[in-house]
Amino acid sequence: MAIFSVYVVNKAGGLIYQYDNYVPRAEVEKTFSFPLDLVLKIHDEKVVVSFGQRDGIRVGHAVLSINGVDVNGKYTAEGKEIIEYLKEATNYPVSIRFGRARLTSNEKLMLASMFHSLFAIGSQLSPESGSSGIEMLETDTFKLHCFQTLTGIKFIVLADPRQAGIDALLRKMYEIYSDFALKNPFYSLEMPIRCELFDQNLKSALEIAEKAGTFGPGP
Amino acid sequence: MSRQSNRTTESKKMNSELFTLTYGALVTQLCKDYENDEEVNKQLDKMGYNIGVRLIEDFLARSSVGRCHDFRETADVIAKVAFKMYLGITPSVTNWSPAGDEFSLILESNPLVDFVELPDNHSNLVYSNLLCGVLRGALEMVQMAVDVRFAQDMLRGDNVTEIRMKFIKRIEENLPAGDE
Repeated sequence: MAIFSVYVVNKAGGLIYQYDNYVPRAEVEKTFSFPLDLVLKIHDEKVVVSFGQRDGIRVGHAVLSINGVDVNGKYTAEGKEIIEYLKEATNYPVSIRFGRARLTSNEKLMLASMFHSLFAIGSQLSPESGSSGIEMLETDTFKLHCFQTLTGIKFIVLADPRQAGIDALLRKMYEIYSDFALKNPFYSLEMPIRCELFDQNLKSALEIAEKAGTFGPGP
Repeated sequence: MSRQSNRTTESKKMNSELFTLTYGALVTQLCKDYENDEEVNKQLDKMGYNIGVRLIEDFLARSSVGRCHDFRETADVIAKVAFKMYLGITPSVTNWSPAGDEFSLILESNPLVDFVELPDNHSNLVYSNLLCGVLRGALEMVQMAVDVRFAQDMLRGDNVTEIRMKFIKRIEENLPAGDE
C-alpha cells in the first residue's frame, strides 16, 4: 500500500508543487560483452531499448548508467554519444544499468497542464451542470485522485489502487496548504511552493495515510 | 463528521487583547506614515484584501461549506460561519435591497475596536476598514465581485456598526472547471 506522488496545480493549470513519495524502481544492472544484443534508439533525449528483452530489461527501459557512472541524456558523463560508444568493441565488457526513466520536471509540468485541460473537458462533457470534474482516474497499476477547491486549486494524488483514505488525505492536504503555504507571508499565491514546513507536514500526512489506510478521528 | 485537528490540542487560544493591541499599533503607525485618513483607509483595505485571498482557503478547508448559489446564501455563510469562526461574533443580516443584491451586516461588538476611541482629528478614518478588504478579497477568490463599506461605525458616534455589502458581478475569468 503506497502513495506514489503528490501534485498541486494552480488556477491557471501550472504545477506549483510536486513530491515523489515512493517510486517503484525496476532497475537492472548487467555486464555485457560485444556485440550488444539489445537494439537501442534515441527517444526524447534519452537512449532507450527499442527491441530485445532479457533478464528483466524491457522495451522502453532507458540507459541509466554505464560502468556505474550516471549518463547525461544521450551522452555519457564524459560527453561521448552512448550509441557510438556501444558500437566500439574496445569499450567492452561494459556494465550498463537499465531502468524505467524518471520523469524530468519539465515533463511533469507538461503532464500537469495536460491534466488541467482534461479536467476542464471532463466537466464540460458532464450531462448534468455543476459537475465536480475528474475525481479519480483508475488504471491497473495506480489510481489518480483529484480534488479541486472552490478557488480552483487542484490537489492530485497518485496512489496504489488498494490504498484507502485518499479523500481524507486530499482534504488534509488542503488544510496543510492553507496553513503552511498561505499563512507564510513570503509565499506569493499561484507561485511554486517552496516552504519547508509545508514539505514536512505533507510528508508526515502521507506517512499517516499510508500506515492507517484511513484518516479516522484521532485517539 | 467532526473535524479533528492536531492543532486544537495545542492550545491555540491567544489573548484577544494582544490582537486588539496589534491592530491598534498597525493603524496608528499607518496614520503616522500617511498622515491622511483617506490614504490610511485605502491601505487598510489593501491589506485586508491580501489577508482575504489567503483566509478564504483556510475557511473553505476548515468549514467544508460548499459553493453558495445566491447572494442570500453567501450572506448567511458570512454572518453565521465566517464571522463566528474568525472573530467569535455573529452579526445579523438585514436591510436587503429589493433586488436582493445588497445587504447589511449589523455588528453589536467588534473585537478590533475594544478600548478604542477615535480622536477628533481622525474623523474620516474608518478604523476597521481591514474587514472590508478581507471580505472583498475572500469573495473575489470564489468568483464574486463585491463592494464592501462601512455604513455606520460605533467609533464615529453611530449606535451600531453596519457593514454594507453589494454584489457587483460574477467573475467569469479563471472559473474553476465545472462552474458555469
